[in-house]
Amino acid sequence: MKKLLLLFMLTIFGPALYGQTDTSFFFTRVKQDSSKLKLNMDAVYNRPFLQMGKLPVSLGGYLEANSSYFSTDGISEGLSFQLPRLTMFMSASIRQRIKFMTEIEFEEGGREINIEFAALDLEFNPLFNLRGGVIMNPIGSFNQNHDGPKWEFVSRPISSTTIIPSTWSNVGFGLFGKYSKKNWVWAYEAYLSNGFDDKIINNNQNRTWFPASKANRERFEESFNGVPLKTLKMAIKHRKIAEIGVSWMGGVYNKFRDDGLVLDKKRPLNFIALDINSTILKDTYLNGEWVWAYVDVPDTYIQQFGSRQQGGFLDIVQPIKKGKMLGWSESVLNVALRLEYADYNVGNFQELGLRIADHVYALVPAISFRPSAQTVVRANYRYERRTDLLRNPASQTAGFQFGFSTYF
Amino acid sequence: MNSRLLIFTILLEAILIISCERITPRVPADDQILDGPIEGLTSAEKTRFLAGDVAFNDEIFTSETGLGSVFVATSCGSCHAGDGKGTLFTTLTRFGQSDDTGNKFLHLGGPQLQNRAIPGYTPESIPAGATFSRFTPPANTGLGFIEMVTDADILAMADPSDADKDGISGVPNYGDLPSFLNPLPNAVPKNGRYIHRFGKKAAAYSLLHQTVNAYSQDIGISSSFAPFDVYSGLEIDPEISTLTINNVVFYLQTLKAPIQRDQNDPQVKQGKQTFIELGCESCHKQTLKTGPSQIFALSNKTFHAYTDLLLHEMGGGLDDGYTEGSAKTSEWRTPPLWGLGLSPNSQGGQYFLMHDGRARSIEQAIEMHGGEATGSKNRFKQLAQSEQADLIKFLKSL
Repeated sequence: MKKLLLLFMLTIFGPALYGQTDTSFFFTRVKQDSSKLKLNMDAVYNRPFLQMGKLPVSLGGYLEANSSYFSTDGISEGLSFQLPRLTMFMSASIRQRIKFMTEIEFEEGGREINIEFAALDLEFNPLFNLRGGVIMNPIGSFNQNHDGPKWEFVSRPISSTTIIPSTWSNVGFGLFGKYSKKNWVWAYEAYLSNGFDDKIINNNQNRTWFPASKANRERFEESFNGVPLKTLKMAIKHRKIAEIGVSWMGGVYNKFRDDGLVLDKKRPLNFIALDINSTILKDTYLNGEWVWAYVDVPDTYIQQFGSRQQGGFLDIVQPIKKGKMLGWSESVLNVALRLEYADYNVGNFQELGLRIADHVYALVPAISFRPSAQTVVRANYRYERRTDLLRNPASQTAGFQFGFSTYF
Repeated sequence: MNSRLLIFTILLEAILIISCERITPRVPADDQILDGPIEGLTSAEKTRFLAGDVAFNDEIFTSETGLGSVFVATSCGSCHAGDGKGTLFTTLTRFGQSDDTGNKFLHLGGPQLQNRAIPGYTPESIPAGATFSRFTPPANTGLGFIEMVTDADILAMADPSDADKDGISGVPNYGDLPSFLNPLPNAVPKNGRYIHRFGKKAAAYSLLHQTVNAYSQDIGISSSFAPFDVYSGLEIDPEISTLTINNVVFYLQTLKAPIQRDQNDPQVKQGKQTFIELGCESCHKQTLKTGPSQIFALSNKTFHAYTDLLLHEMGGGLDDGYTEGSAKTSEWRTPPLWGLGLSPNSQGGQYFLMHDGRARSIEQAIEMHGGEATGSKNRFKQLAQSEQADLIKFLKSL
């Protein structure tokens, strides 16, 4: 019996223990497409998966952890440590041109567990693919291309998480396709999905707040009002110049009808986003996104809840050293800068005729070190000015963030 | 070279982290901000202050937590940014009667207009026949000191029949106490009515009275003290705990008094002298004192609020035709002037003064004074420009 048990343990744990030192025995890393014709829309599959033998299943994930020290108007809560997210993903080739992929995220040490993506892709033609399941609405670029190890900054862009509520995913289905010729690639995506609810103007942020709808877990079961959220995106890329994307997301957020009774008119919301990324001057990487959001807020509601928002970010990343550093042969040292802005209430006060403020600016210089393409160690200084609705003196926040993010 | 670069980078990071406190924003000087507790609170009192601070400034009400259905604001902090004065944007409207016979429009939503509504509901409008007035939110600071001024001291400043013939005849606003209030130990009632001291017309008796009314009338939140739905008038369960109300009251009681700036500036000193000579201090009494308080830090303190907490007749220009309690339509309670210079920090960099924010500068506010203050106003207008500037600088130092 003991011999049988020993044999069983060797069978099970032997490869696993060996696998700790050589992943090729158990897992092999799936080769990445290096054609540079990948777009933001491809980010969901453009990840360093590990494959087990010949199995048609690939696994992967990433972890982010950091520490931060911030002070707002001279008052600090001291140094703290965070584990914002641990994400696991798995993809499977079910048959030729039929793929499944899922991304499950554990946020804040497991306080929230979200299925951010779980979709089946059926390819009829490169220009005509069907996708269904939990999809990431293709609005802007960050929502689909948000993996921590891809970014040189600890925090996610403000406008991409508070105007576009990244990661914004919903149950739905749609089409996508791509056409490429020589250095050019053109792509589109079009989805119908469940969407927002009236929490966007009924929340404890005291402003129109799109992320409030993320708290509604029922959106994975049914639409709040029966009107699908429509998301369209078109992107074009030249391998040596840039990728530019234009996207729109629109729907209705309020419950205008319940149990056959008409309660209100349909109140629409719309997002338009523009995203661009490019490498200039040989190796200076630029990446930016700008979004405009429009909401039909009832006239009788309070003006804190604005009907227009806008914001965006621009990241500039400059490698300053590439090559062997500290024994890692393909390491890169970068300096980077992020400029970002979000205005949560574009408009004027009815009573005063003056511009409503309620906006935030931030400037984030950063240093990042990549011992490999999959891992980034980063240090950021962040300076942020927040101005309240009335344009009173801005609160100033500044501090440091230090952390890492890595695929595994 | 690689190692040097990395060592340099690591050293730079280390220096930055060590110098955190030097390159992060500095704490504003105490005299530049209105929020913060009074000195001398115990640890337990500080904890309670913080709980009240969170409830006052951070708790935003939604329809799920009781907002409305009709309302004026979604939180306390919405109207009192940084605990300072509000603007026209946060101005509220009261409507009702023009005499002291009581509000005849309570069944139509009076006394306060809830001009906002959650989706699906219609905000109130002013009913035909009602008179109204608009009130900008006052600053919250130093209210605990004002609450603890004894009735005897207020009465000592009153001069209803202008016995001293100085043209100033302040009177207290006597009103009925709602059932949830007990009279303060040193109360001096008159015909069963009590001296009220908070609000533009001094229509609120205490900070508890003011707080309960604000939750109910401004935000539409019922409490054990006022368990009514502001929209339907029906009795409903409390939407806020009694503990939270008490914590907010404690927060308001223990917010520090504004600290005067530039006291030794010669221009400020000269301006203060001019302020006294013009007779402004007849109503805007510089110094008051508190009586005994359960909060030790508030007991028997002298403070400089520049108010007498009395009603004064302010002339036809400020007569909105609406009143509360025993105040006449042109009578207004002397507003405290402390914190005046910091008003723009909560009013979007501008001034919105007088009861409804109609004055856009201190000079305009002085010129809008009438009635009992006509003499002082005229004397101000006769001052040389430099003397006026001194006075304004003094007022801005408060």
